[in-house]
Amino acid sequence: MSGAAAQRMGWVPAPRQGWVAPHIASEFPGLGIAWVEVDAKPGKSPDPVRRRLRDLSNRTYGSQAIRLRERPIPWAYRVFYRQIGLDPDRTRTAVEQLMLDRLYDGGFRSKGLPADALDIAIVETGVALRAFDADRIVGSLCIRDSAPGEKLEGVESEMAQGTLTIADEMKPVGLLFGSTAEGYGVERGTRRIAIAAVQVKGVPQIAVEEALWMAAATLEAV
Amino acid sequence: MPALLKHEEFAGLGIGVDEREARLELRRQISRLEAELSSVFGEAFGHTEVPHQVEAIAAAPRVLDLGELEVIRDRLAERIGEARAALADRAVVETQNRELLREMLDAPAEFKWVRVSRADVGEPGCGAWHSRPLLGPIGMLMGWWQVKVSSGCPLARRLAAVEREVEASEATEPRSATETRCAGFHA
Repeated sequence: MSGAAAQRMGWVPAPRQGWVAPHIASEFPGLGIAWVEVDAKPGKSPDPVRRRLRDLSNRTYGSQAIRLRERPIPWAYRVFYRQIGLDPDRTRTAVEQLMLDRLYDGGFRSKGLPADALDIAIVETGVALRAFDADRIVGSLCIRDSAPGEKLEGVESEMAQGTLTIADEMKPVGLLFGSTAEGYGVERGTRRIAIAAVQVKGVPQIAVEEALWMAAATLEAV
Repeated sequence: MPALLKHEEFAGLGIGVDEREARLELRRQISRLEAELSSVFGEAFGHTEVPHQVEAIAAAPRVLDLGELEVIRDRLAERIGEARAALADRAVVETQNRELLREMLDAPAEFKWVRVSRADVGEPGCGAWHSRPLLGPIGMLMGWWQVKVSSGCPLARRLAAVEREVEASEATEPRSATETRCAGFHA
C-alpha cells in the first residue's frame, strides 16, 4: 500500500509540506521538505521492528551497496550533495551510510526508536529522513540559508552566512544534511516526534510520502 | 572604462548576464557527470580501483557560486577520464592473462606452478587455474603436468554477525506464550 493510500485510510497523519526560501528554490528546483508528527517516545525497539531489520539485513548485499549510487534516488542525493559543495564519499548520504554500516557490521544494528524506524524507511525508499522533537518546533519547517551571525544551538561558533539549514519559524533546527541543533533532536523526554524528509530534484513525491508513512507507521505501531 | 565592466552596465548595452542560468546549466552538467562516474565506479568495482573522489568545496552545505561549480564540474570530468584510463589499463592486463591462460591450458608443463585466478581474467567468483604435477612428485619427475581448476567460492550462509545477534536476542528475551505452549506440546 502506498503512503497516500494509507493516509486516506487514516492510519497516519498526512505529511505537512514545508517551504523553501524563494532564492534557494530558484537555485534548486525540486528541493522541498515534508514532515509528519507522531505521538511516540524514544526507547528500545520492539521485537517486530528488530525482526524487520534482520530481514532487511538478509536481503541486502554488497553488490547492491556498490550499485546503489546508480539507482535514481540515491543518485539524486549524491548529485545534490555535489551541488551544495559536499563530497558524498566523505559526508555520506543517509542511505549510503546505512548500507556501508550494514556491510561493516554484518547487519543493520538496532539503535532503538525512532532511529530503527527511520533506518527501515531510508533503506526501503532511499529518501533522506530526520527526526526532531516535535514539541520544540515552532510553526512550519523550512529550508533556508543562515543569516549573518546566526548560530546553531549548542554550537559556539557562528554559521557561515549562506549555510543551508532546516529551520522552524524561530531559528535553525539543524544543518541541511548535517548536525541537529541542541535540544531539537529526539531525547529521553521527547513525547512527540517530527519525522522530516528532505526532497531533492529527482526524488518523486510518492517516494517521500512512502518514506514518511513507513517511518510513522513503524513508530505508531509501537 | 571600469564602469563598463560592472554587470549592471551590461543591461544598458543589451547584453544580459544571468549567472543563475549558468549555475543551473553547471548543475545539470554535474548531475550528468556524477551519473557517468557512478557507472564507471560500478563497472570497475571488483576489477580494479578507480579514482572517484572529488573533494568537498565547502565545509557546510551552501549555494555555490559559478566558479566553485566549475571547479566541481572540471574535477568530476577529470576523475571520469582517470577512471576510464584505469579501466582500460586493467582491460589490457586481463586480455594478457586470458592469453596466458589459453597457452597454459594448451601446454601446462611450460607454465609450471603458474596460477591464474578468475579475478585476473576479469571474471567473478573465487576460482583459479593452477598448473600442477599429476600424482605429485612422480608427475614432477615424469613431466606430467595438468591445469587444475579450483572448486570456487565457499558456500554462502548467513553472516556470523547476524547469527550472533539472533542468538543474543533469543537468549535475552523470554519465549512467547504460544512458543512455550508449542514446545510443551511437542515435548
